[in-house]
Amino acid sequence: MSHNVLLVFEVTILVLAIFLGFEVISKVPTLLHTPLMSGTNAIHGIVVAGAMIVLASGHKGPFLWVIGFVAVVLGAANVVGGFVVTDRMLEMFKKREPPKRDET
Amino acid sequence: MSSNTANVLYLIPIVTFILALRFLSNPAHARRGNQIGAAGMLVAIAVTWIKAGGGSWWALVIAMIIGGGLGAVGARKVRMTAMPQMVALFNGVGGGAAALIALAELHRLLPPPGRPHIDVLVAVALSGLIGAISFAGSLIAFAKLQELIGGRPITYPGQNVGNIVLLVGLVAFAGALSAGVQDQWLLWIVVGGGALFGILFVLPIGGADMPVVISLLNAFTGLAVAIGGFELQNNVLIVAGMLVGASGTLLTLLMGRAMNRSIGNLLFGAFGKVTAEAAAVAAGDGGTVRSASAEDVAVMLAYAHKVVFVPGYGLAVAQAQHDVRQLADLLEAKGVEVSYAIHPVAGRMPGHMNVLLAEANVPYPQLKEMDDANPEFSRTDVAVVVGANDVVNPDARSNQGSPIYGMPILNVDDAQTVVVLKRSMNPGFAGIENPLFYNPKTVMLFGDAKASIDNLIADVKNL
Repeated sequence: MSHNVLLVFEVTILVLAIFLGFEVISKVPTLLHTPLMSGTNAIHGIVVAGAMIVLASGHKGPFLWVIGFVAVVLGAANVVGGFVVTDRMLEMFKKREPPKRDET
Repeated sequence: MSSNTANVLYLIPIVTFILALRFLSNPAHARRGNQIGAAGMLVAIAVTWIKAGGGSWWALVIAMIIGGGLGAVGARKVRMTAMPQMVALFNGVGGGAAALIALAELHRLLPPPGRPHIDVLVAVALSGLIGAISFAGSLIAFAKLQELIGGRPITYPGQNVGNIVLLVGLVAFAGALSAGVQDQWLLWIVVGGGALFGILFVLPIGGADMPVVISLLNAFTGLAVAIGGFELQNNVLIVAGMLVGASGTLLTLLMGRAMNRSIGNLLFGAFGKVTAEAAAVAAGDGGTVRSASAEDVAVMLAYAHKVVFVPGYGLAVAQAQHDVRQLADLLEAKGVEVSYAIHPVAGRMPGHMNVLLAEANVPYPQLKEMDDANPEFSRTDVAVVVGANDVVNPDARSNQGSPIYGMPILNVDDAQTVVVLKRSMNPGFAGIENPLFYNPKTVMLFGDAKASIDNLIADVKNL
């Protein structure tokens, strides 16, 4: 595929993603806005995939290696931290608590 | 693995991310959604691993372990009350990674032969700039929320002009880079300057507006990641990044609406600067403050028909959410109707209070949003304000000089009696006077919120 065709294709999915994002998020109740923020935070952790591509080209020079390495560290922290924090929050949202009620 | 195969497989994470957001529309299955998203992320990482291959696999493993370990430990250790700054931090590192990718891509592309395409150069310049702003801005937001630096706005003359000049300059550098001045140092200036801009941009914003800032920076990181996808011709980065960019933008706008302020005013108005006029009105009020003992309040609560708790950031600071739940249980056992009124911007993150009360096992149907809660106050006997301040400040309705004038608030003063739990008469985080405290209906219960609630529990039990 020529570069320009690819570019047009990428811009198309970018624009579709904008509308999809608005559409999906507008259904989230304010009750869950903190987990939403944290959950989307985890999703942009996908940047780790880009960082991996950079680090994989690390054999082409020490600069790429170092930058790639740091980027993967940051990206991995973003992914893992984001999903774990969100999971911790969502775990707590319950409709009714289980019978054992006596904690201090 | 060919690019085509990879792109087909990348559809899996793309779909799971969309499902993850979709599932967030209901607390009953939100957690499942998040787990699906995490599984999709694993697929994305595995596909990228196989596709990129390369000789540095051991470096990849080590970097993943370090980063993942730090993320996991941070996320496990953090208390629910410190959640906003943790989210800011994770957001910042994501932005930093996007900026680094831009630097690496330019380095890889620049040496001839093969002039890079202009769109790739634009993408490199933009994701470098936006990623750097997000990185540095998030770190400042983290420092403010962690109280490493003061929460009050930091202002100096010529601030907005200076920031705008800096930003225009950076955009000019980015433009030169895109137009074909192919020097790596240009991008370093853009990234470094972007970081500086991020710092200067967040510093003047007061602590009370941090929820909006974090949400905006979240959108920035998403955008930087999406643009990074153009550098690497990677679909999953484009879609996932843009989903986050769109959602962060929408959330920012929603919060602006909840505070009845434009985004421009939020970001450049140095909110929390107490105007002389507002201070004068508040001082001229000159009412007296009634304070009560825990026993008095306990009696009021126990013999009320309907009690509404209004939590604010003070609840988070004092870690009082479990105690509030206990008190509520006791009251319910006595036949009192209990609910919680949650202002959309109470706390330091949108929905922050919902998370804290959920942590204390408060069933979420008891948590009322502002529009549902406000009509209820007129038939409420006692409204208990636990560490909230600006979101119950009647000045927002009536005092045009107040910095929060026009912000929708919880009308606790419609209740028969208002009990305010507060450490002292100091103005809150945003530094704004609150005439509610001088209202004849209001009684103050001074002290740490947790200690006060514990006293109330003891006294209600003794009745």
